Amino acid sequence: MRWSNWSLAILVAGGVAGQPALAQQAPPAPAAPPPRFVVVLDAAHGGNDTGGHLNDNQLEKTLTLAMSVRLRSLLAARGIQVVTTRESDVTLDPNKRAEIANRSEAQACISLHASEAGSGVHLYASSLTPAQPVRFAPWKTAQSAWVTRSLALEGVLNSALLQAGMSVTLGRTSLPSLDSMACPAVAVEIAPELGSDKKVATELDDPDYQARVASALVAALLEWRTDAGRAEGHQP
Amino acid sequence: MIPRHQQLLFGILLLTSLLMGVTLWHLRERAHQRMIAGQDSAPTSAPEVAPAEEATLLVANDSDGSLLTQVRSLPLSADPGARARAVLGKLLDLYAAPNATHPVPGGGASVLQVFFLPAPEIGAAKPHASPSQEQQQTGPQLAVVNLTGSFAANHPSGIETETLTVLSICGTLHANLPRVTQVRFLVDGQPRATLAGHADLTRTYLAADAAPHP
Repeated sequence: MRWSNWSLAILVAGGVAGQPALAQQAPPAPAAPPPRFVVVLDAAHGGNDTGGHLNDNQLEKTLTLAMSVRLRSLLAARGIQVVTTRESDVTLDPNKRAEIANRSEAQACISLHASEAGSGVHLYASSLTPAQPVRFAPWKTAQSAWVTRSLALEGVLNSALLQAGMSVTLGRTSLPSLDSMACPAVAVEIAPELGSDKKVATELDDPDYQARVASALVAALLEWRTDAGRAEGHQP
Repeated sequence: MIPRHQQLLFGILLLTSLLMGVTLWHLRERAHQRMIAGQDSAPTSAPEVAPAEEATLLVANDSDGSLLTQVRSLPLSADPGARARAVLGKLLDLYAAPNATHPVPGGGASVLQVFFLPAPEIGAAKPHASPSQEQQQTGPQLAVVNLTGSFAANHPSGIETETLTVLSICGTLHANLPRVTQVRFLVDGQPRATLAGHADLTRTYLAADAAPHP
């Protein structure tokens, strides 16, 4: 009703003063806000949950937090809004991690892990069967409506990492926190780089290696933002 | 001055104590000899109770995250539970061997039991009342694999390594017992959240998820 009166007033004023007056009195049309693009960084483990024991007595929880901090800085510098599940060495259960991700309505959720097993970077999407989105999804399988988008995000990350000269293993898995996330979600597990003789060529704690992985992930997320802009935001 | 009868009593007690000591030492030696003799007569390898058959194993490879099919000749029992334990035991023995493509300590003794239940329908709102006799004998099965706590405790931590272990177990069971379409895991008879911090052990795995790489 209020809108109708206001419109009527403008129309009346326009009718009295003519079109130029209407153009001057009407407030300038607000520019369309840029689409909100949020990335959730989930540094796996923490607190009592140490994760795997890496070389030189380094713990997985320490490396994932360091990678999360590094990525947050790089993404924020490029104008991407970042939500982290933890900023310090605290214990977080998988449900809390998924809750943080789901509240942020993110366009990409990256769960960061590290392991001594395997080689290069391992990218894992949820192994849940893709399903149609529903208004109220079961918590343990909330990711099923997003699996298709998660696989697309996994593809973008794969391309960027390959372009950076890293070996990548793609797969699907069942991780408790990942399966409850309602966003395009991929678990990124960083392992040492093996040489052609199957011996470790680059250790996990190599700062250059970590920087290369982080740069490739940032490049992939920038690419994903462009794609998300084209696709008009998030959807399952 | 000690009376003579007390001296005599002391002497008898001392002699009795010495005799008892000698007898005990002798009995202990005999028991030890019996134990050593028993160990010597134990078989050095398990007797083959069944003829050797070809078993298909889905062997994980950490370097490229793949599952590759290997055919091995094993003595396999007709009993499905014993058959499942034998193939999974062989699979885990391969992982425990030096220079394994997917190193996991523990070996074949890490599989405590494998038992079978009628597989529930995926996505069914509630389970059927009770499967018929025919369904129980020919229908799809859910295999429950009971692993040792030490296997889970010593398993390397990581998404890839844990996922490969779970999928190779599921795929190996399905390859040798085609009625097995679903797999669940227990550790020391109890449900466990994850294998070693990553792979979810509370869910039911579909054997079809563990297709080997071409």
